[in-house]
Amino acid sequence: MTLMAKILALDTSSDACSVAYSDGELLLERFELAAKSHTQRALPMVAELLSEVGESVNNLDAIAFGAGPGSFTGLRIGMGVVQGLAFGADLPLLPVSTLMAMAYGRAFSDTLPPSQRVLSALDARMGEIYWGLYDCPNPAQIPTAIHPDRVTAPLAAVSLLSQESAFTGVGSGWQYEPLAALGADFDVDVYPHAQDIVRIGAMQFAAGGTMAVDQVQPVYLRNEVSWKKRQRVRSAQPQ
Amino acid sequence: MLVLGIETSCDETGLAVYHTERGLLAHALYSQVAVHAEYGGVVPELASRDHVRKILPLIREVLSEAHCSAADIDGIAYTAGPGLVGALMVGASVGRALAFAWDVPAVGVHHMEGHLLAPMLEDTPPEFPFVALLVSGGHTQLVKVEGIGRYQLLGESLDDAAGEAFDKAAKMLDLDYPGGPHIARLAERGTPGRFTFPRPMVDRPGLDFSFSGLKTYTLNTVAEHAEADGLPDEQTSADIARAFEEAVVSTLVIKCRRALEATGLKRLIIAGGVSANTRLRAELESALGKIGAEVFYARHEFCTDNGAMIAYAGAQRLAAGQSESLAVNVRPRWPLDTLPALDAQP
Repeated sequence: MTLMAKILALDTSSDACSVAYSDGELLLERFELAAKSHTQRALPMVAELLSEVGESVNNLDAIAFGAGPGSFTGLRIGMGVVQGLAFGADLPLLPVSTLMAMAYGRAFSDTLPPSQRVLSALDARMGEIYWGLYDCPNPAQIPTAIHPDRVTAPLAAVSLLSQESAFTGVGSGWQYEPLAALGADFDVDVYPHAQDIVRIGAMQFAAGGTMAVDQVQPVYLRNEVSWKKRQRVRSAQPQ
Repeated sequence: MLVLGIETSCDETGLAVYHTERGLLAHALYSQVAVHAEYGGVVPELASRDHVRKILPLIREVLSEAHCSAADIDGIAYTAGPGLVGALMVGASVGRALAFAWDVPAVGVHHMEGHLLAPMLEDTPPEFPFVALLVSGGHTQLVKVEGIGRYQLLGESLDDAAGEAFDKAAKMLDLDYPGGPHIARLAERGTPGRFTFPRPMVDRPGLDFSFSGLKTYTLNTVAEHAEADGLPDEQTSADIARAFEEAVVSTLVIKCRRALEATGLKRLIIAGGVSANTRLRAELESALGKIGAEVFYARHEFCTDNGAMIAYAGAQRLAAGQSESLAVNVRPRWPLDTLPALDAQP
């Protein structure tokens, strides 16, 4: 039996900003809606939470964070804060899918009826959604991706999911009308929570799934570049 | 005091380690120019993504080059503005969080203050007070500098920045981004006097600039001489580049001389990307020599964006006791003359 790991989690991938701390027994979270103020809130929330549990960043075992998908700027703020903390305190990272964290949060909700299968979907703008379908058999197990995280038009998601057995839905992606055809119960106003990221992170940590800070980048999913490259008039440059 | 400096305001990731007594110990730069050249300008999303990839390897590199460990660093300086908001957030988030983990103070530095103080990294730094000409892709300003944080704006561009004008002229001639060095290289082969472009606003009193009329004039000249592919022949392109560069340089020189005369000062520093322009340096030295004034500038690599200038400027402010709270603020627009003055002068 190994000692329980001390893990800090941070998520700034959406309009919300949340931090959580877990040492296996204690689990604390701070969650705020912080649209456009992540840089102002992330570190103060980290400092407050660590001070509340009487820990310093240098005493942690790892840092978990919402690696994406989500708002590009939000993901980079989270990644930047985590890079600074992890590099500074020489800690490994536990990147966690924001969609997986949302599915986990819904599956093991205290207030809603249980749901083992959850489709997390986030508005990706430009008429597309980020989505992933997760199986969450029990809270002590990392959810399994039935359909791994991707970005598509809502209609394409519906056609890929039409043969799947029942699931519930969470996230801003569910505001797109085509998803209604899936006939699932859903809640649009759901954000990734650091408390779910810290739980999943702790299981990843126990399974040896940490990564060196230099190896981790945000998961944007949308990588194709929509900016037009220059059309050259002259093929060769005058030198 | 040993300070780590981080610059990510645009398309270069710059890191440096500066010691207030021992000077600059290390600096490293990753330039994204090749990434953005394909697009003819900086693509903010690509710039931000690249900063995230490059910042930690560069921090490791400068710490190792400076032969220091984390425990030796006494403070962190990061560029807090002006610049691209997404790019600024990367350096600011990493810098502030790193300072928190290391339990040292952090300070957000004004990018143009960094440029303005870059000549201080040279062996013969200018003494205060002086006039500074800040010329880059985003700025064209004349500033009276009496000390760190004691800045009085004397004049600025009412439209395009000088560096931006270079970029646009380069695009008209199908040259790569950033335009300054490409225009300068082409201009060397240009025939002096074939074209004479207007010197904007030199006939008016005051120290403001305007480059949009010159841009239009250049565009019209290019169109007038265009051949089947839409461009003038190579010699005519070179002649246009020459006339354009001469017009920008001579406008800047006239205003600098005027600023020195208006303030009664005898020292001018030039800073920012355009201050690397050879013709500008030569003509300023010649013109200001005649009125007994001196010109100072940074080495070429510190004219464009770099971490050394941020580490230097931040070190001055940290040494004077300034620091930021854990709430990180970046300021995409940030007037230089709103900075707090330092009482203690270096």
